[in-house]
Amino acid sequence: MSLDADHPAAAIPGNESSILIVGAGQAGLFTAEKLRANGFAGSLTLIGDEPDAPYQRPPLSKAYLLGELERDRLKLKAEDWYAKNRIALRLGTRVASIDRARQCVCLADGTMLAYDRLVLATGATARKLPQAISRGLAGIFTIRTLADIDALRPALETNGKLLVVGGGYIGLEIAAVARGLGMTVDVVEASDRPLARVASAETARAVEDLHRSRGVTFHLGKAVSELLGADRVTGARLGDGTIIAADVVVAGIGGMPQTTLAAEAGFAIDNGIAADAYGRTGDPFIWAAGDCANFSLPGGGLRMESVGNAIDSADLVARNIMGARQPYKPKPWFWSDQFDLKLQIAGLSRPGDTVVVRQGAGSGRSHWYYREGQFVAVDGLNAPRDYLIGKRLLAVSASPDPAQVADPVLALEALASSK
Amino acid sequence: MPTIRFLLADGAELAVEAESGRTLMETALENSVPGIIAECNGSAACATCHVVLPEDIMSALGPISEHENDMLDFAEAPREPGSRLSCQIRVSDALDNVSVRIPAA
Repeated sequence: MSLDADHPAAAIPGNESSILIVGAGQAGLFTAEKLRANGFAGSLTLIGDEPDAPYQRPPLSKAYLLGELERDRLKLKAEDWYAKNRIALRLGTRVASIDRARQCVCLADGTMLAYDRLVLATGATARKLPQAISRGLAGIFTIRTLADIDALRPALETNGKLLVVGGGYIGLEIAAVARGLGMTVDVVEASDRPLARVASAETARAVEDLHRSRGVTFHLGKAVSELLGADRVTGARLGDGTIIAADVVVAGIGGMPQTTLAAEAGFAIDNGIAADAYGRTGDPFIWAAGDCANFSLPGGGLRMESVGNAIDSADLVARNIMGARQPYKPKPWFWSDQFDLKLQIAGLSRPGDTVVVRQGAGSGRSHWYYREGQFVAVDGLNAPRDYLIGKRLLAVSASPDPAQVADPVLALEALASSK
Repeated sequence: MPTIRFLLADGAELAVEAESGRTLMETALENSVPGIIAECNGSAACATCHVVLPEDIMSALGPISEHENDMLDFAEAPREPGSRLSCQIRVSDALDNVSVRIPAA
């Protein structure tokens, strides 16, 4: 770490110290938990702007929306956990500003809270359709918070018509849920394929085929120019003039890191809050974790919106605040549930990577990605064994022989010992 | 409420009161049981909630799905006869006072 060992910010915070965490999502909560696990005994406050105690977001667009998971079970911790761990939880609380010189934050109600260390875990927000397109109509939703889903759920009715704007993971997960509910589903995506920025062409094609086979209609390479309706949305006009009827619209057009607070406090913002490989921002007393943080790593900046990143970067920041001095070694992984497909991804593939397909015995298959001959990522499509073996190989930078990977007769176990 | 006895990788025991109907993984997370990470929030996508149960109660827990079965084959810690993903197990009286071991990764 570039910080001098005798700088006050390099000292391990003790009993008299106060740590504030802004953002009570999975990264914020996990930072608090790990600070305690790493021996921090001082005052610990977790501040969240949502009314709900920290909860799991991934099931929102899947099991929770389907009604298969009760609201209470989304909670990451029992109510008494916070008191037991001496973590002050301030919900429904917005931080208005950070006074870095005086080391305190100002809450929206004017309360000032002093800190010795501050962790920004402000997360991301769902990008909304521009006003020129949405025109203030009712029946348009985004997917990020529990409140978003609670608002959307009553609008999803059997025989209803859902229009999903954006063919990313959120949009496709919602599309699958809505088809399961018996709705008509149209997906409009500006690229020529779904998952264009977040999955390989091979994986995207398989997912697209699945959705088509289940009755989802894609409008690829097209954009919504205007949503139609007087008060409530009744449909959409696309750029090519196509009219699509819809009584519910979900915008799944990406997330934006929540950086307003950090920007106003004078931090460098570059696709998120700039942090070094240890998770420290430009202010040595202030750290960043989770969706909002863009970590400066040897291979370039890395910002990821995923639970894995929330947990790993929170763990990193908590350990480093407590003196570990370890750089971030991300192990990117993602998953998505759509219809009966479980997609599991380890590593980060890029356009131009060589793709090796391994066909499983049943419906399962996996896609293995190579860059300059080195194995860099794996996608398992209902292929958990392939995925886990690939993930394990990635962890040790091993590179299995592509010919062996492609050989469906060769037992996967043989690959597990690849160098 | 059933009492679950988590046996940690370092040999310590952590007994917690569990609510029936929640999953074993949720119970572990709520009680900050070390070694249960549960990155995928119970979607059986990550295998970071691997536990080992006494073999004699396995049959009381219902069948293992093919997906979970495959995940267990390549979980971080080697599979044992009593291995399960704790996110796929609902807490019930059958688990009262049962020792749930967290395997060393």
